[in-house]
Amino acid sequence: MPEVSASSNGMDEIRQIFEAECNDGLNVIEAGLLALKAGDNNQETINDIFRGAHSIKGGAATFGYANIAEFTHVMETLLDRVRSDELAVTQPLVKVFLESVDCLRDMVECMGGGEYDEVRTAKVKAELETWLGDEPPAEEASEEVTNASADDIIEDNQQATATCWDIKFSPRKNYLQTGNQPQHIFRALAELGEVTLKPEFDSLPEFTKSKPGEMYLTWIIELKADVSQEEILAEFDWVENECDVEVIARPGTEKKKAVKPIPPSEPVQEQEQAAASNAGQGGRNAKKDSGSIRVEIDKIDKLLNLVGEMVINQSMLNQFSSSNRKGEVGGAHADLDQGLASLERTTRELQEAVMNIRMLPVSTTFNRFPRLVYDLSEKLGKEVDLDITGETTELDKTVLEKIADPLSHLIRNSLDHGIEAPNVRVASGKSRSGTVGLSASHEGGNVIIRVSDDGGGLNSEKIFSKALERGLVKEGETLSEQQINNLIFQPGFSTADEVTDVSGRGVGMDVVRSNIEDIGGRVEVYSNPGKGSTFQITLPLTLAVLDGQLVKVGEQVFVVPLLSIVETVQVDPEKINVVSGSAPLYRLRGEVIPIVDMRSLYHINGEEVLSSYEGKELVIVDIDRNYIGLVVDELLDQHQVVIKSLETNYMKMPGILGATILGDGTVSLIVDVTTFGGPMIMGSDTNRVTH
Amino acid sequence: MSEEEKVSEELEQYLTFVLDKEEYGVPILSVRGIQGWEKTTPIPNSPNFVMGIINLRGEVVPIVDLRRRFGLEPMEYGANTVVIVVRVEQGTTEKTVGLVVDAVADVHDIKNEDMRESPDFGSEIKQEFVRSLGLIDEKMVIILDINRMVDWRELGATADQAMKNAVSNEEAAESEAA
Repeated sequence: MPEVSASSNGMDEIRQIFEAECNDGLNVIEAGLLALKAGDNNQETINDIFRGAHSIKGGAATFGYANIAEFTHVMETLLDRVRSDELAVTQPLVKVFLESVDCLRDMVECMGGGEYDEVRTAKVKAELETWLGDEPPAEEASEEVTNASADDIIEDNQQATATCWDIKFSPRKNYLQTGNQPQHIFRALAELGEVTLKPEFDSLPEFTKSKPGEMYLTWIIELKADVSQEEILAEFDWVENECDVEVIARPGTEKKKAVKPIPPSEPVQEQEQAAASNAGQGGRNAKKDSGSIRVEIDKIDKLLNLVGEMVINQSMLNQFSSSNRKGEVGGAHADLDQGLASLERTTRELQEAVMNIRMLPVSTTFNRFPRLVYDLSEKLGKEVDLDITGETTELDKTVLEKIADPLSHLIRNSLDHGIEAPNVRVASGKSRSGTVGLSASHEGGNVIIRVSDDGGGLNSEKIFSKALERGLVKEGETLSEQQINNLIFQPGFSTADEVTDVSGRGVGMDVVRSNIEDIGGRVEVYSNPGKGSTFQITLPLTLAVLDGQLVKVGEQVFVVPLLSIVETVQVDPEKINVVSGSAPLYRLRGEVIPIVDMRSLYHINGEEVLSSYEGKELVIVDIDRNYIGLVVDELLDQHQVVIKSLETNYMKMPGILGATILGDGTVSLIVDVTTFGGPMIMGSDTNRVTH
Repeated sequence: MSEEEKVSEELEQYLTFVLDKEEYGVPILSVRGIQGWEKTTPIPNSPNFVMGIINLRGEVVPIVDLRRRFGLEPMEYGANTVVIVVRVEQGTTEKTVGLVVDAVADVHDIKNEDMRESPDFGSEIKQEFVRSLGLIDEKMVIILDINRMVDWRELGATADQAMKNAVSNEEAAESEAA
């Protein structure tokens, strides 16, 4: 039945939205908590935290996630104490709150299924309750405090308060299909006070005409509670578009005369909107925030695909036009050319605009690090400040997601190995607390992210001897300090004298490097002994397009990413040295470069081995500062190509970055040069090529 | 409306095609389109039944030769060679794949009561690809389990090995040349 599946999908969708909103709320809370310094009761920050917690609680109660609602309730009550200056902000208190955030995250993650750590949650909750004192206030009382204080600026405004209310609740027909259940409302109202329900069957159709899944009932709800109209209406916020609600005070029970009963007065809405934007879309007010919308990434990718298609069509038209006008002058062709030129401009702009949708500020990733630094510095007994700059720099969403792990590894590393213990720092004339810098900026066509620290820097001698020990370099090899330092990215290299759970299990930096290379980036380290070190990550702006050199091998056209090409030369057969048991070498201006025949690597023309290099072209690519020459038959044009993942409909293939569609509509493979590095081509002896 | 629903619950439509004189069927709801054979871009180190990839309205779609997949004698591609584009489920994701078949046969309504579990009848194709047998009048159609037929997750592991072999072959060849 279509209805059934629609409603279960609807519920799922709503849960996802709620989950996203919870996460937003939690981020706001976390950021606020970290901003709170001991003793500094910045009212605005505390309000932000409070609002975040409040909206999560409201949502959780509506959706029947009692565990989350109860937990946030305790948290909120405690926060309220802080807000009303009954409780001072102290480090231990912040710590408890941060732990609560972790528990909530855990619970939110498990909403769709899965099990969260109940023992830990209970422990943290108990801890929160201890802070509250021996007598946690009764539910109703705290609820009232909550709401009253959430709107404290307007509390003197038009608020009707009575002790007994009549509520007419008429859900629309599609109420159930939107994933709502009337009993959620009843339950929420029951939290406010005593509820008596009286259903009305007036609109119930004849049995044969009724459709399952539609709602025909109306309820008259009698609520005995000392609350304001606002508070009652607030319970209906989630379903305001799916039902009609009338709230009338039982005559004789009003406490204050209602000036403007329905709808909520203007100042209230403004206040709410301000709260919503302050909280960064946190909570139920988010839907009123018109600054941004949530769009599924699939939809954007679809759009991007279509625009990519358009670019291809446009270049087809261009080709067609130029090949058809030979010998003709002026007339219709001039107009056609003009039209095509303007089409080209518009398409490019459109493509750029669509790609921009995928761009997010790096702050979405950077925001998690203050917490990391806080936790780690506690654990390590070090004093560390995190200095974040350039957080508005934008990056492709996919790049951003994939950079999070390597970045957190680098930051852990800086804290663990970079920054010294406070007494060591003082002894060497530095300030007690160290600084870890995290910055993002545009440089050229790339985004550069730097993780720097003012710690001890790298110890080149130690690195060299370690590398020697691990067989990564040979005795007597001369390397610049820079080259030595970058050895830490080699697989199996770790100078940590002891393995800690913070960083260093021998699989550190090489994983960082391979993760970054996976998204087409590069990482380097610069160090100043005694003063600190900087890890510099160079990232492409987007993963969606790439500048490529088209090359022909046999009948097939491949795309080699232009970024990794150093130069191209025509093969001079006399400069080739064939060495037994490894790839042939090519002499290029005093350097010796291993060369690889793309024909045999990609099984072109039945794996025939190249008989002669005569007349072939050599594309020299830079793989991690090692040069490798790719032998191809012919160099074609250079093009900006739209990368299409092979994995969408097929699977990831070694040596292939993806596919693209060329101007003539044919599919071409993009060469993944990074797989040529290391043992694959050069055997286990990775350092044979040095220059 | 409700009567129609009742009927559709009991029968499903199948697109049938011919492969080496045998008739096979796939659920019509999984079919995205039918088109002629066009030249593909081969993907190195792929299984032998993957003919390569094509551009399907901006999407890169792999093409699988069903004769090769089933271990039947491969056939020369001609003007009548047809590609059936289907959606297959792989875990939580859906993938689009083109299937090369000899010819498209028909569209059949098969009642659920006319479906038989596939006996081990010694067919030429592997039992694991067969979902059931459908009876149409007196004729029998083999209904395929397309999700099992092209599961890249199972096939992915072999690709890495193939690339490594390619490199060592090359090295061996080069050392021979030396």
